[in-house]
Amino acid sequence: MAGDRFMAARKRNALLLLLAPISIILGIFFLIPLGIVVVYSFLEPGLYGGVEWTWYPYNYGRILGWPLNDYEEFDPIYLKIFATSLKYALMTVVFSLLICYPAAFWVSRRSERWKGFVLFLITLPFFASLLIRIYAWLLLLRPTGFVNTALEAAGIISQPLDLLFSGTAVVLGMVYIFTPFMFLPIYANVEKLDFSLVRASQDLGASPIQTFLRVILPLTAPGMVAGSIIVFIPALGNFIVPSLLGGAKVQMTGNLIERSFLQSRDWPFGSALALLIMASVVVVLMIQTVKAGRAKGGRPA
Amino acid sequence: MGFLQILSARKVYQTPEGSSVQALDDVTINIRNNEFLTLLGPSGCGKTTLLKCIAGFEDLDGGDLILDSKSLRSVPPHKRPFNTVFQNYALFPHMTVEQNVAYGMEVAGVSKVERDRRAGEALDLVGLSGFGGRRPTQLSGGQQQRVALARSLVLKPKVLLLDEPLSALDRKMRETMQIELKNLQHAVGITFVFVTHDQEEALAMSDRIAVLAQGRLQQLDTPTEVYDKPANEFVANFVGTSNMFAGTVASISGDRVILETGNGRRLAATSTAFRVGDQVRLVLRPEHLTILARDETGDADVPAIEGRVRETVFVGSTMQVHADIGHGRTALVSHPHTRRGSSDIAPGAEVRIGYSAASGHLIPMRSA
Ligand SMILES: Nc1ncnc2c1ncn2[C@@H]1O[C@H](COP(=O)(O)OP(=O)(O)OP(=O)(O)O)[C@@H](O)[C@H]1O
Ligand SMILES: [Mg+2]
Repeated sequence: MAGDRFMAARKRNALLLLLAPISIILGIFFLIPLGIVVVYSFLEPGLYGGVEWTWYPYNYGRILGWPLNDYEEFDPIYLKIFATSLKYALMTVVFSLLICYPAAFWVSRRSERWKGFVLFLITLPFFASLLIRIYAWLLLLRPTGFVNTALEAAGIISQPLDLLFSGTAVVLGMVYIFTPFMFLPIYANVEKLDFSLVRASQDLGASPIQTFLRVILPLTAPGMVAGSIIVFIPALGNFIVPSLLGGAKVQMTGNLIERSFLQSRDWPFGSALALLIMASVVVVLMIQTVKAGRAKGGRPA
Repeated sequence: MGFLQILSARKVYQTPEGSSVQALDDVTINIRNNEFLTLLGPSGCGKTTLLKCIAGFEDLDGGDLILDSKSLRSVPPHKRPFNTVFQNYALFPHMTVEQNVAYGMEVAGVSKVERDRRAGEALDLVGLSGFGGRRPTQLSGGQQQRVALARSLVLKPKVLLLDEPLSALDRKMRETMQIELKNLQHAVGITFVFVTHDQEEALAMSDRIAVLAQGRLQQLDTPTEVYDKPANEFVANFVGTSNMFAGTVASISGDRVILETGNGRRLAATSTAFRVGDQVRLVLRPEHLTILARDETGDADVPAIEGRVRETVFVGSTMQVHADIGHGRTALVSHPHTRRGSSDIAPGAEVRIGYSAASGHLIPMRSA
């Protein structure tokens, strides 16, 4: 009917209007820069910075193994660094999951006032600059820092431990930074978990472990997946933490990208590295989307 | 001999404000095999608490719970042979209807073939065959309620605990489900412990009713006994409506008791439990009172109650007559409107209210 069609048109217009601001912002500040990066990644780096406008697939070649000429040996160093980044990002995800999942349950069982207070505490770090907070870790972990002096004073160690400038320090720093991002989605999920379902499961004869695996875990998985993705993506490309806490020993792809753009002024190579990270993130997201779609549409296993 | 015995059950809750609530106070109930027992009482009287203690979600602070002469107090909930139908149904949203029903068998390690067969049967039983593939959110409230029932019944529990399972349904649906539940209980031969605060529901469905108030058991009896012979003032008021008169037993002949109220009114009742001079209350249900026609004399030695009609409410099967009977009191009479003399009943009319001494039930005055 004409009325229906009119209503449908109005709905469509309203939708367009609502989506306009975000579309414009994403278009200008995301898609266009992304396009530039994609184009640059296939151009030859200029001798003194800038680019030569010629087709040049060897930025990717340097990373993935088709070197510029036959005399050059392929150096898998970039792939190794990428693998290290993946490892550290995954470790960050796992450790912050291990911290946040039980914590979310604990907080969700507190009184309303307690909950508000804890959530405030969790957002508290955001009031201080990220840089300052990482520097604080530097002070804590260095040989004459708080951790070492405390351990020495307690007589647990006689020599200061080499805490700083290690993979451990990097993962520690990233877990520290990203914990709130893991906590909030998990908490939102755990908080709305209907506790009577846990009762029902027990009532139907399930042991505590069975109840956890078959009821609590599946119902809180979406929060864990969301938190993991939100942590994994920035952890994979992070460069501040490794450059401050990792020193010269720990390299992550983020550091390489930063150096290509800012120090060696090799924008095409930096672009190629950045796109590689993005590609792996997209793969992760696609797997997640397919899985989520399957869980909703069909019967879960 | 009950097969599930609740012995002097006590439960005290500490409130966050620091005070304590006695949710169960010395409750003893012998639940019989295959009976439909209803826990009836006003909100906050401890019904859910008692159910949780039976299911094992709460520990008793005193007393015991005995099943087949073994104490259950140290048995965790998942090992008790009871199942619960929760007030909000508590269906697992991430499972289909069939998976919900099969859940208890799955965690018990029943084979897939057996599980499918029994889940199918259980869904048949509650009239939901064909709904197995749906999600709980795709069902109506009544259908969800049936799934919750099937999920529990399929495990053939020794006792099925139901916590106000019908309260979320609309009136029509509730009445249908009352009958269905009752029939189901007969069909499966499982003991039901059913919680409600709706006295009509309790009267309609139960084999026996346990009336609770403030954590104490007030009366445990069949619906007719609870209605006709309430044990105390609370039950008389909570179950059905009553006209109540306080007085002193003036004379007794056989089982015929005449009592006299404080302001000289003489009333008759039937009881052998009292002596002359006892303080008692007389309970007269509205349907036991009738408005006498002008030429009627009523029961021989039962003095009629004189009154003046204040208002009448026609409720279909009967006429509810509110009559002032002096000393500031009102009597409620449920008068069959097909009865003789009904047309005379109008606001302002002088009437005589009659009853038979046999319908007068005496309860002891609440001791201080
Ligand atoms: N976890 C608890 N902590 C403190 N007090 C509680 C707790 N659970 C119940 N109570 C108190 O115990 C008493 C009995 O509660 P219960 O839930 O058994 O009532 P109920 O008879 O089921 O009422 P309703 O008909 O409203 O469901 C109430 O006074 C209630 O406030
Ligand atoms: Mg309750």
